Amino acid sequence: MSKLHVSTKVNGDAVEFLCDPRETLLDCLRDKLNLTGAKEGCGTGDCGACSVTVDGRLVCSCLMLGVEAEGKEIATVEGMAEGEELHPLQKKFIEYAALQCGICTPGVLVAAKALLEKNPNPTEEETRYWLAGNLCRCTGYDKIIRAVMDTAADMREAS
Amino acid sequence: MTLKVHLWSGLRALTGGAQVVEVEASTIDGMLRELVRLYPALQEPIEAGVSVSVDGRIMASDLTAPLRAENEIYLMQRLRGG
Amino acid sequence: MALDDQKSGFKFVGTRPERPDGLDKVTGRAKFGADVTATGMLHGAILRSPHAHARIVKIDTSKAEAHPDVKAVVTRADFSDKVEFKPGLAGEFWNVLENVMAGEKALYDGHALAAVAATSALAARDALKLIALEYEVLPHVTDVDKAMAPDAPVIREGAADYSVPKGLHPNVVRYHESGHGDVEAGFAEADLVVEDSFTTEATHQGYIEPHACLAQLGADGKGELWCSTQGHWIAQKTCAALLGIETAQLRVTASEIGGGFGGKTTVFIEPVALALSRKANRPVKIVMSRSEVFRSTGPTSSASMDIKIGMKKDGTITAAEGIFRLQGGAFPGAPGDMTAMCAFAPYDLTNVRQVGYDVMANRPKQAAYRAPGAPMGAFAVESVLDELCNQLGLDPLEVRLKNAAHGGSKASYGPTYDQIGLVKTLEEAKAHPHYSAPLKPGQGRGISCGFWFNHGGETSVSLALSEDGSAQLMVGTPDIGGSRASMALMAAEVLGIPYENIRVTIADTATLGYNDVSHGSRVTYASGLATIKAAKHAVEKLCERAAAKWGIPVDAVKWEDGCAVPSGPNAGDFDPRPLADITANMGATGGPISGHFEATPEGAGVSFGTHIVDAEVDPETGKTAITRYTVIQDAGKAIHPAYVEGQYQGGAAQGIGWALNEEYIYGEDGRLQNSIFLDYRIPVASDLPMIDTVIVEVPNPGHPFGVRGVGETGIVPPLAAIANAVSNAAGVRMRDLPMSPPRILAALKASDA
Repeated sequence: MSKLHVSTKVNGDAVEFLCDPRETLLDCLRDKLNLTGAKEGCGTGDCGACSVTVDGRLVCSCLMLGVEAEGKEIATVEGMAEGEELHPLQKKFIEYAALQCGICTPGVLVAAKALLEKNPNPTEEETRYWLAGNLCRCTGYDKIIRAVMDTAADMREAS
Repeated sequence: MTLKVHLWSGLRALTGGAQVVEVEASTIDGMLRELVRLYPALQEPIEAGVSVSVDGRIMASDLTAPLRAENEIYLMQRLRGG
Repeated sequence: MALDDQKSGFKFVGTRPERPDGLDKVTGRAKFGADVTATGMLHGAILRSPHAHARIVKIDTSKAEAHPDVKAVVTRADFSDKVEFKPGLAGEFWNVLENVMAGEKALYDGHALAAVAATSALAARDALKLIALEYEVLPHVTDVDKAMAPDAPVIREGAADYSVPKGLHPNVVRYHESGHGDVEAGFAEADLVVEDSFTTEATHQGYIEPHACLAQLGADGKGELWCSTQGHWIAQKTCAALLGIETAQLRVTASEIGGGFGGKTTVFIEPVALALSRKANRPVKIVMSRSEVFRSTGPTSSASMDIKIGMKKDGTITAAEGIFRLQGGAFPGAPGDMTAMCAFAPYDLTNVRQVGYDVMANRPKQAAYRAPGAPMGAFAVESVLDELCNQLGLDPLEVRLKNAAHGGSKASYGPTYDQIGLVKTLEEAKAHPHYSAPLKPGQGRGISCGFWFNHGGETSVSLALSEDGSAQLMVGTPDIGGSRASMALMAAEVLGIPYENIRVTIADTATLGYNDVSHGSRVTYASGLATIKAAKHAVEKLCERAAAKWGIPVDAVKWEDGCAVPSGPNAGDFDPRPLADITANMGATGGPISGHFEATPEGAGVSFGTHIVDAEVDPETGKTAITRYTVIQDAGKAIHPAYVEGQYQGGAAQGIGWALNEEYIYGEDGRLQNSIFLDYRIPVASDLPMIDTVIVEVPNPGHPFGVRGVGETGIVPPLAAIANAVSNAAGVRMRDLPMSPPRILAALKASDA
């Protein structure tokens, strides 16, 4: 089967790659573009470790085909920091010990960023339900939720 | 010196009913070898893995640890964690 | 082990600095098992049995081998034939080999039968379909009690060890019995005896990162392995044995690990990747799918338990007896002995007897899950205790306090306890606002104690000082919970230099001495103890250099706040020499300065916890909401409190999943029905409340700073605490886990009838 050519934008950079039509966007990010921040935890869209945004919308990249990325704008965890300056969520997660093994962290950060862009003042319940698609097995979510809500407060204050 | 070694009840079948055995030894290694010498059937459980509790402190594998007559010594099945 | 102790007055230990690998983990830079590639790399895929039990009549790999994209195919014949079968756990390498690649029989749904390496992951997956297999399907058994019955299909003959009484089915492979006193006399003394039976189903550790590895093995017997593992030295020696190569010729590097909890303390795909690589003469990468992880790695045992406890009206326990039957898959290893030894361990009992069975069934080979075996026993025992309290009208916390083991008590498994923290956790629970908070209608409260042994294990640590006064610490225990930070804190405490000036590396098998696995709650204890010792070793050398420079004896120099100082006014009047000063020209004053420590530390202190849970049951749907959760656990000394809290919260969350939703569901055909996260339901953020934690510190005399392991104890109380809360909320005693909505509805219905 011949590979298909895809042109797309990832974290603001124009990129292109060849992929098998069966390969997912996750496979392409990781194997063609060396962006291994997004992880495959399940391959069925249940764990959120592969979370990215596509044209601003939060998706599981394992549920999207690589060829569907043609002409889209994709944002991954690798694009969250601006040079040396971490995103407030990234800083808070380290400060609050909101990660233990760290495998779910890229997905959680991408999802949390998408939440705060949509709703800068989420309640605990709203935060928990938004992040319900990101499985974490280490933390019990407590420090993650606190980090997201306190970052939201910081960001509201700063603006 | 004479050590008093407590075995778990499941080992009684291999020692003719004895659950406390006296052996002459001064280290864990010596104690285990003496137990096997007195009761050859104990070789299998000891080889399968034992931990030794000395005065409440559980020694998982140190054969060289010294033992004294006044120590409370318990043989236990090897502990495994996760 | 002579340890000069410091139990207070810490400068760095007990603070909450940022973890050294934080930046890597929040930017996606950290490399986990599947995040690496190699030039010329092939992708491996494994063919797995669709039958729960079958004789493999024929494997024909010729079509796969002929495919142009396929560069190697392996079966059992490609592994060492020198690995010996032995009964019980003595033949563990043989058990691992038989699990890694089937021999004559497929023993469970998902058992590996053959593997291919091809030029892409998709090509490898497609190539599996070219392997032709002929099976003779055999009757199977997946339930533990059925596997012990006289008519049960035999998994393997001759696997039972010395401990198994005569007359039991060959599937019973190990037996444990312990206890003391006279339980019959004790029951006779009781005012109330409750006897009941309980079951728990197998669960999976559920780490979000599937197993992944990249292997390279040459015909010269030299190899490299990168893998997601809790223990690369164990992976090294196991793979070496299975591949028939020398241990030291295989260099294993541990990747960052995306969760383990005990499930990554052994090997599944690594020997296969090495075998494929050797045959293809190219590196081979294998990454498991989520479904493979559930079907073919190491879930916990399932358990069937009978408990009998007698109590007086005043709450004194007069006798306790427990029979614990655990199945561990088609191999010996179910921790029935641990279940038995831990079940009654929190209590000071005159009469106690416990029996544990290790039974084989047609299921994957079990692996450790935090405190292996202990949660099941705690669930059963603590449920019966609760039942006794309810029937006698006694407060559950008071009864536990009344019977609690303390320093000087005889443990249920025999020895006398040294200093332990159980009573302190119970007193903290009693005083905690959670315990006295009012409950709303439909809510119930449950408490439970839990116990775990903790572990020492072989440990090697090296500390190298740099000329600029910074330090490099090499440890051998993969960082599964944030331990790099704790190691750096302990080194900083001894060296007296800032935490930020210490870089912690997880060394590989070729660059450090042997290390036992990151398990048994041992990392902060054992690697920490070794770090302290290695740092002290370096400090001795620093003092020697200062003494030489000052021309005074070395015992006239002491180390204070990161400097060599004269130990007293008689030693001489010299300005303090900071570490960086001494290391600046260390090459010229005696050579580079390193400290190291290799030992198998003993004296890992046991650890206790008490959990308080509030639950609300919806009588229409059977759904349980956990409305409040408090973990109180003895850490001995919390080196980095935020990560200790994290262990408490994580253990509680896993316990909530195990208690309420998680289970392995087998069909009539013996196949796993729920092998993806959609159907194997672990807790999500919207299922849980905030989890409050109280860190109790009763120092462990066996560690220089008092550390007790914390990683495992946290999973022991939740099953029972939640079962007690749910049983109290629903008004019916729940005896089978998980307490999923259908089960709760069925129990409510049965109690109405």
